Amino acid sequence: MKDFFRVAWLVVRKDLMVEARSLEVVSTTLFFALTVVLVFAFGLVREGTPVGDVSAAILWIATAFSGTLALGRTFERERQADTLRALMLAPADRPAIYAGKLAGMLLLMALVEMVLVPLVGLLFQAPILGHPVHLAALLLAGTTGFAAVGTLFAAMLVRARSRDVMLPILLYPITVPVMIAGVRGTAALFQGTPDEALARFWIALLVFFDVVFVTLALWTFEPVMTE
Amino acid sequence: MTKLNQIELALAGAMLAVAPWIIDAAPYEATMGLVQKIFYFHMPAAWLFLLAAIIAGTASAMFLFGKKRDMDGWALAAAELAVVFGIITLVTGPLWARKAWGIWWVWDARLTSSLILWMIFVAYLLLRRYGGPGADKLGAGMALFGLANVPFIFVSVNVWRTLHPQTSVVPTLPVQMGGPLWFCITAFFLLFLALLGMRARLERQRVRIEDLYLAEDEA
Repeated sequence: MKDFFRVAWLVVRKDLMVEARSLEVVSTTLFFALTVVLVFAFGLVREGTPVGDVSAAILWIATAFSGTLALGRTFERERQADTLRALMLAPADRPAIYAGKLAGMLLLMALVEMVLVPLVGLLFQAPILGHPVHLAALLLAGTTGFAAVGTLFAAMLVRARSRDVMLPILLYPITVPVMIAGVRGTAALFQGTPDEALARFWIALLVFFDVVFVTLALWTFEPVMTE
Repeated sequence: MTKLNQIELALAGAMLAVAPWIIDAAPYEATMGLVQKIFYFHMPAAWLFLLAAIIAGTASAMFLFGKKRDMDGWALAAAELAVVFGIITLVTGPLWARKAWGIWWVWDARLTSSLILWMIFVAYLLLRRYGGPGADKLGAGMALFGLANVPFIFVSVNVWRTLHPQTSVVPTLPVQMGGPLWFCITAFFLLFLALLGMRARLERQRVRIEDLYLAEDEA
């Protein structure tokens, strides 16, 4: 068990170090997220006020889109120098490698969300500071679910043909519950009279989803990554 | 084609050929009238769609964790059937809904879960077709995740209002309606069995030929 966390930490540290030197994924993903929100703003904001309660949906769509981009880039980098194979050859537990990759992805997406949330609040007049704890819990649980499935699929697709288009095709249908729960939960917090009980229901559903899919992913990572 | 497949196909063909008369002879439903008759094809298709999805997910899990290569053929065959029966379900459903509810589509729990499950298997087939080498394992992961996903989709959509008629109505149907329904279910099921067996066999033979080619290349 101690080994598991050590390996996972080493993978996270390696990813962070590579990223800190180039800033490639962070900078491109952040800018992409910004562009997505702006495109939505041009389409959905009329005379200074957004059409309907769209802010929750935009926050989650932007998160999913930029998450997909980040997943693709992160593993593309591992493929170019064949470093993923090197990682797989290392005498370490495969699930620990997956856990490290997932943690790195979560850190990256958390960073993107820290920019996205204020931006959505600003452009779509969403009350982001109304229930900060609930909102943070929703984002954390939702992002974990999305990244848990995404990290496994992106890792599997490294060797596949047409992986760029395959990742969203495979990932979005599977993460439909995350999107529904995230958007509905956030909308419950953003509406005129916030419904905290409903938001808590969605957080619980997301946590349950996380538990099931992280377990499944840890379990499947070994057989799918074996050549 | 094995002997069993031939018998299944012949029986299914004969039963489906007479099915229109049997459905025609069944009494009209009190409130929906003629429209309700689509249900004799809709429900068997929907059941087999779910059955195919369960077979694909289970076979994929056995392929991944049990290292049973034959299971991949079963998973692929079942996934293709899930897409076919899914289309039948998703086309006949809205046709009925247009008349019964007045709209083609609602974001109800059953409808949405069926649509997403269907999309998962279309994605699976796309992956198998265009994923290149190693797509069998990736597909197995996808099918496994897809199946595990169904309860989550169902619960998450169920928080919105549910319109779909409950299946608990089936045992309470009068004989004149229950009879044709079970007749159609049997016909569809036989067709399903024949197609599943044939497709899985085809896939096993394809894998064997591939292995023979590889063996010859090495020799």
